[in-house]
Amino acid sequence: MRQFLLKRLGLTLITLVLISFAVFLVAQILPGDVGRAMLGPYASATQVSRFDHQLGVDRPLPVQYWTWITNFMRGNWGQSYLLSTPVRPLVFQRLLNSLALGAFALLLILPVSIGLGVVAALDQGKFGDRLISIVGLSLIALPEFVIGILLLVVFSIQLGWFPVASTVPSANPVDIVRQLLLPSIPLMLVLFGYISRMARAGTIVSLNSNYTRTAILKGLPRRVVIRRHVLRNSLLPTITVVSVQIGYLVGALVVIETLFNYPGMGKLVLDSAVGHDIPMLEATMLMVAIIYMVSNLVADVLLAILNPRIRLAE
Amino acid sequence: MQIETPDPAMIPLPVVATAAPGINLPPRASRRQRARAVFIALLHSKTFMAGAIIMLFWILDAIFWPLIVPHDPNAQDLLSTLQRPSGAHLFGTDDLGRDVFSRVLAGARSVLTIAPAATALGLLGGITIGLVTGYYRGLVDDVLMRIVDALLAFPLVIIALLVLAVLGHSTLNVVLVIAVVFTPLIARTVRAAVLSEREREYVASARLLGEPGIVVMVREILPNIVGAIVVEATVRLGYAIFTAATLSFLGLGIQQPSPDWGLSISLGRGFLQVASWMVLFPALALATLVVSLNFVADGLREVLSS
Amino acid sequence: MSIAIATNAVDIENLTISYRRRGRLLRVINDVSLQIKAGEAYGLVGESGCGKSTVAMALMRYLPANAVVEHGKIMFDGQNLLELNQGALRRLWGRRMAMVYQDPGSALNPSMRIGDQIAEVFRYHLNLDKKAAMDASGSMLEKVQISNPEGVLRRYPHELSGGQQHRIMFAMALATDPELLVLDEPTTGLDATVEAEVLDLVEKLRADFNTSILFISHNLGIVARICEQVGVLYAGQLIEEGAANDVFASPRHPYTLGLLRCVPRLGMNKHTQRLDPIPGSLPALGATITGCVYADRCALARDRCRAEQPPLIQLGNGRSSRCFYHEEVSGMKPSPEARVEPPPPPSEEILLKLDHLIKTYRSGGQHTAAVADVSLEVRRGEVFGLVGESGSGKSSLAKCIVGLTNASGGTISFDNEDLSVSSHRNNQTLRRSLQMVFQNPDSALNPSYSIRSILERALKLLAGIHSHSDLDARSEELAASVKLESRHLDSRPTGLSGGQKQRASIARAFAGTPQLVLCDEPVSALDVSVQAAILNLLVDLQKSGVSYIFISHDLAVVRYIADWIGVMYLGILMEVGPAESVFSLPHHPYTESLLSAAATLDADRSFARVRLRGAIPSPSNPPSGCRFHTRCPLYLGDICKTQEPPWQQTASGNQYMCHIPPDELLAKELALRETGQQVAS
Repeated sequence: MRQFLLKRLGLTLITLVLISFAVFLVAQILPGDVGRAMLGPYASATQVSRFDHQLGVDRPLPVQYWTWITNFMRGNWGQSYLLSTPVRPLVFQRLLNSLALGAFALLLILPVSIGLGVVAALDQGKFGDRLISIVGLSLIALPEFVIGILLLVVFSIQLGWFPVASTVPSANPVDIVRQLLLPSIPLMLVLFGYISRMARAGTIVSLNSNYTRTAILKGLPRRVVIRRHVLRNSLLPTITVVSVQIGYLVGALVVIETLFNYPGMGKLVLDSAVGHDIPMLEATMLMVAIIYMVSNLVADVLLAILNPRIRLAE
Repeated sequence: MQIETPDPAMIPLPVVATAAPGINLPPRASRRQRARAVFIALLHSKTFMAGAIIMLFWILDAIFWPLIVPHDPNAQDLLSTLQRPSGAHLFGTDDLGRDVFSRVLAGARSVLTIAPAATALGLLGGITIGLVTGYYRGLVDDVLMRIVDALLAFPLVIIALLVLAVLGHSTLNVVLVIAVVFTPLIARTVRAAVLSEREREYVASARLLGEPGIVVMVREILPNIVGAIVVEATVRLGYAIFTAATLSFLGLGIQQPSPDWGLSISLGRGFLQVASWMVLFPALALATLVVSLNFVADGLREVLSS
Repeated sequence: MSIAIATNAVDIENLTISYRRRGRLLRVINDVSLQIKAGEAYGLVGESGCGKSTVAMALMRYLPANAVVEHGKIMFDGQNLLELNQGALRRLWGRRMAMVYQDPGSALNPSMRIGDQIAEVFRYHLNLDKKAAMDASGSMLEKVQISNPEGVLRRYPHELSGGQQHRIMFAMALATDPELLVLDEPTTGLDATVEAEVLDLVEKLRADFNTSILFISHNLGIVARICEQVGVLYAGQLIEEGAANDVFASPRHPYTLGLLRCVPRLGMNKHTQRLDPIPGSLPALGATITGCVYADRCALARDRCRAEQPPLIQLGNGRSSRCFYHEEVSGMKPSPEARVEPPPPPSEEILLKLDHLIKTYRSGGQHTAAVADVSLEVRRGEVFGLVGESGSGKSSLAKCIVGLTNASGGTISFDNEDLSVSSHRNNQTLRRSLQMVFQNPDSALNPSYSIRSILERALKLLAGIHSHSDLDARSEELAASVKLESRHLDSRPTGLSGGQKQRASIARAFAGTPQLVLCDEPVSALDVSVQAAILNLLVDLQKSGVSYIFISHDLAVVRYIADWIGVMYLGILMEVGPAESVFSLPHHPYTESLLSAAATLDADRSFARVRLRGAIPSPSNPPSGCRFHTRCPLYLGDICKTQEPPWQQTASGNQYMCHIPPDELLAKELALRETGQQVAS
């Protein structure tokens, strides 16, 4: 178990280092002369090169990488080219906003998806299963902005229940729902498609297994068979899927935050990429990777704790 | 103990139809009979047929729209901007007075060009890499799968927007970026299929007959994983449409004045409160297309796996 | 009569079951009636697809959703099981009736401790509290002879060996002392020594518990050993029934006779006698047959048999047969096909020579020597039989020889050419001389191609034939040589039966007159009636002077076909020598335990059984000294643990690797046969 965890932790760190290389390199090949971009077309060439030197963008790449990564570790994330504000506080503030939206969506939909996935599996082939499956199948396919637009047209424009652009809610629960519900629905629907499908598939595999047959032929009550024998084994793989979905969520947030004008990380990533705001882009990309890797790590640890095969491996 | 991260596309889809359209095959079936049996089973699958009809409509529309549109989709009429849907303009007009109905019909072409092209390129790369790494295993395989795992750490949309920010926004770049991201994902599916197939004894037998590796891969293994590849291709095509539309919506894909759906929605977003039809109809069009494709994929999976 | 009925634990009457498939009803069980008396073990035998498991599942009332009981009653405990609702069944399951089936590894919940899984039965059926249920589970483990029951209770299934998992299943099934135990192929897929261990357990438990048993198996030898009563199932019909000893001694249905005749028996070998296969194959599921279901394959069949279905005729003495001409069965002669010239004797010329061959695999940073050090010689025209349990390295050895993988050390010379030099591997002469027949006919032929194109491909590559007409003619010839009809050539592998596929696979290996063919378990995936035909074919093909290396776990088969035998254990050869000599005393203690473990119908086995203790050690960490010392019934002490034993030679010509010299070994083994050796695990 300890060995397993150390190995996973090591792999996560190595992957993060690799990703930081990649992020750095991509940011470097973004077109455009930084000094020229910031000083404007009327600056002289010497002014531009002096400014470049100040920024350090004229030094060799390995040196730049090292400077960047050590600064990043020390919490010095630089100035945004576009907004001329320090990167770090902005990223954290936006991250919190996104986290609020993402967590709202995930917490609401997770129990529903798993529950309905299991119900569909227990009811395999019957009406309930077909309904859940066909709805899930359709939802997976729909891009978030399509669902978002349809929701906006109906609930904001026609019915006027929700604002057309969402802002960060206050602590008031009514305001939370008012601001976050509409943008989180597209996220929830797509998540529902994935998670319920996975929960259903896992449950069916478990239902058809020999150990479930053993449990039934032991004469155990149905609820005991389902709870102790079926679900205990079928929900394990769902944990991994949920963690993979965290990565998906980050991507979907880019779209949703743009559509709803919500001030979150996703929009920050998009704006900094489009605006070639290198320090901001580097910081946000690295954060995206860290979030994803950490959620995977957490899922692995959880799985290891729940699965005796891993827990008991020396 | 290694925990495999499931690729969402590899999660078994629920089989939706209950009237099991399984393949009824006589014991001695030729290839043609088999293809026929698959075809008949597909005809009997409700999900597949529903999806296929809608998809066929959009494909025909993408090819023949110039013949059926009532107005030139790019003809501006500044005297009749932002008109509600009416007899003259079924879906209304946009901020420049262009006919939304015609633009919706014309908008299918871009996404139905980009997505299949990207998928085809991704398949080409993915099948090649998947076959080679799955068959030979070894170091190349290990390294490649690590790269796939690292790649999965980033949402597809984020990779695409990064690359497009670097390369610039052109249709070709959108195709390339989707193809490049798909290649390792398809390679992973193909590799998994090859891994289970290469353990079968007919592969050992082919090697004993002296068939070189390339022949074993292409002649012996490939025909037996076609089913998995077809399903993967349809699933990927769905994701390609999804991604292409999303990139257009984010302003990173196709540029003005294309009637592309994602782009139209992005531009119409500013007029949401005054002219919701500008976004509503392209959104519905896109929705029908992607859902139909998923139904086709589901029907295929169901029939090919039986 | 009424008294007899009262003592029946189970009474199945006129059971008829079909499976609904695409709107059609396919009949799998046709009018089966049988009774199991209290405390009796009833064996239901038959080949795959005859409906055995459906009967078992029907008796447990646990049929698949598409099964339709069209007719019949299953009386158990005074009630018709087919009429019970789920609640009533739940009170029977696990309490009054229990089941053990194949593959216990998958039958135990992987995420629950063994103790909790057994205790469940006590808690729900006997309302014991947690502590009492756990204590009861512990004592059940003792009854199934698990050492260290306290520790095992806290383990998870994956931490136990296959044999232990089996014991757990029995402990769970017998926890509440049920009246009925259904065993569905409980030992299929196990190694011989583990199978013997499980069967011993069944016998012991029969003495401890007064349970009626329905024992489903395809292995007649096992049924003969365990059961008092036997029923033979063919195409969903019970075609013969009676006391097991009687039925096996004097069958009264041609099918039963056929089943008994087609397995190689003691004293038979390819030189003295041909095997007598049952021609044809099982009728397709749902086929409409007006007459006797066996008529198409029966030598006794007449017009009446094809026109009219025979009833189950009572023969007295509790025996019955579904054959109009049951009186003629005892006089049936082996079929005329059964007399052909024996293969020529092997020459003295050495064709293949392995010298200290080693094959190691690396997995998880660990080196595993699948083949640790093997030296052997195969002469031209000889059949070299290689036996051993799983993990013994026989298949790895085969792969090294044919070149599917490279050896890690040692040399292979074939026809005086050194195969370790890898350039020789690509030469066409070698490829055509050295071919292989695989275990699994379903996967050995590429499902994408017709048999004709598979054979033509082999002819192109091995025989260098390229003209279209030559290919056509040769592939027909090749098919004929393995007795495939030419109409089979155009079908794909999926359209053929297992036996036909194996014939095609053999034809492919013989496309370019090979000198040595490796047969890796070539008949173990086939039904016994088909096995015999394939073995006969392999013997017939030997007239071309080909040599075989014949790998099998089935000692009877190897004994029949092999001239020379090697016994492998954990990657090394333990014993090697002429077939008959290896099978007779003295021989390596491992060979003796393999012989003891095999369940055969041969009546002469009066000697006590040798049982091995423990599980087969992992090849990645083999025991020191003699690799067999951890399980050896003749373990001498430290010398076995520390020193690698020398090769010893017996008078009859076999060599074995052991510290005990031949004379002493003979005495010890005779003593062993006298007393048996029941070493507690």
